[in-house]
Amino acid sequence: MFETIGIWIAALLTLCIFSFLYKDNPFYKFAEHLFIGVSAGYWACYYYHNVLQPNLFVPLFQEGRPIFIIPLVLGIMMLLHLVPKISWISRWPLAFIVGTYAGYYLITYLQTNALEQVTATLVPLVTFSSVVLFVGVTTGLVYFFFSKEHKGTFGGIAKFGIWFLMIAFGASFGYTVMARISLLIGRMTFLLKDWLHIIQ
Amino acid sequence: MKRQIPLIITFIAGIVMIIQYFIPHEPFAGMQQLFNQWYLIIAAFAMILGIGNLLKIHSGRISRKTSGWGYSIVLLTGLTVMLISGLGWGIERGTFFFYLFWNLHIPMASTMFALLAFFVASASYRAFRARTIEATLLLIAAIVVMLSRVPLGGYIWSKIPFAGDWIMSYPNMAGQRAIMIGIALGTVSTSLRIILGIERTYLGGGK
Repeated sequence: MFETIGIWIAALLTLCIFSFLYKDNPFYKFAEHLFIGVSAGYWACYYYHNVLQPNLFVPLFQEGRPIFIIPLVLGIMMLLHLVPKISWISRWPLAFIVGTYAGYYLITYLQTNALEQVTATLVPLVTFSSVVLFVGVTTGLVYFFFSKEHKGTFGGIAKFGIWFLMIAFGASFGYTVMARISLLIGRMTFLLKDWLHIIQ
Repeated sequence: MKRQIPLIITFIAGIVMIIQYFIPHEPFAGMQQLFNQWYLIIAAFAMILGIGNLLKIHSGRISRKTSGWGYSIVLLTGLTVMLISGLGWGIERGTFFFYLFWNLHIPMASTMFALLAFFVASASYRAFRARTIEATLLLIAAIVVMLSRVPLGGYIWSKIPFAGDWIMSYPNMAGQRAIMIGIALGTVSTSLRIILGIERTYLGGGK
């Protein structure tokens, strides 16, 4: 009984959202606003049970670790953003987040996204594929070097780099299209199989 | 005080995170995990802030009865029901919260993204007109990758799945790597500017 009601609700909401393909309409707006509300509620509960409970309430109140008063205070300071007169206090927790992640990313990005990628590119050029990889990375980086005008030989190399970037964008685009199409197939399967039982 | 203390906090937090990588001994060892935990807690409070903002905006719309205020009631009802069910009775499988998540959130989220398939199709029509070499390369790479991921590609020509894999592993990888290295260098310089207090836009305007 509950399962059937759930399937009907899901199907009707699916149709409400697909109705946007015709034009913006009240059914779509209803589903859109419900989606925002439900999503916000879902993430709030998720964060409470999976983040605040194990990372703050358990260490502070059950394990008795007073150092966790600091993030609690910083968190409350973050909420003061809603009070216009003292909203500047929310800069403190924001500064902590920004500083922490600036320091963390400075090291990790340099290590994983720069040094390790360069190491993986600088390999013996014994196959056609490894030449393609090396030339693609080098010319792509030349394109991203904007301190020199892209003219003459330098401009030619940069243009070659654009070609590799275009292939990368094309491949990513193809992947994105396939992902969206598979989601569409999933919704159609739900409507035709689980709801209407037209297909088996 | 309003700007100087945040800058000092940023500097100390950033420097500690850098030092703990190079000196993995006390008191720096374990700092990363602790700071990560604190970050998660503050991010959760930022989430509460976002919900507070949502409540403020939509309750304001309802009280002022601005156009579309009825939809604000729908939004706040969805939010309240999810919050009460999730905070009151838990979020595990079998709860009312999970029922709502399964029958409301998942169908709506996947349909929203599925809807993009149609817009991607219309965008493809505009992007895939081979007027320049760059557009032609984009077109070929996208079509080969798409065909290589479905059985139809293999039926058309048996080497298409191999061509798709090769494009993904080499020319695509080369482009992605160039982008990754560029982003990494940009991140390093921006992080340094933030830690040293040169970049201050994250503090917003005002005093």
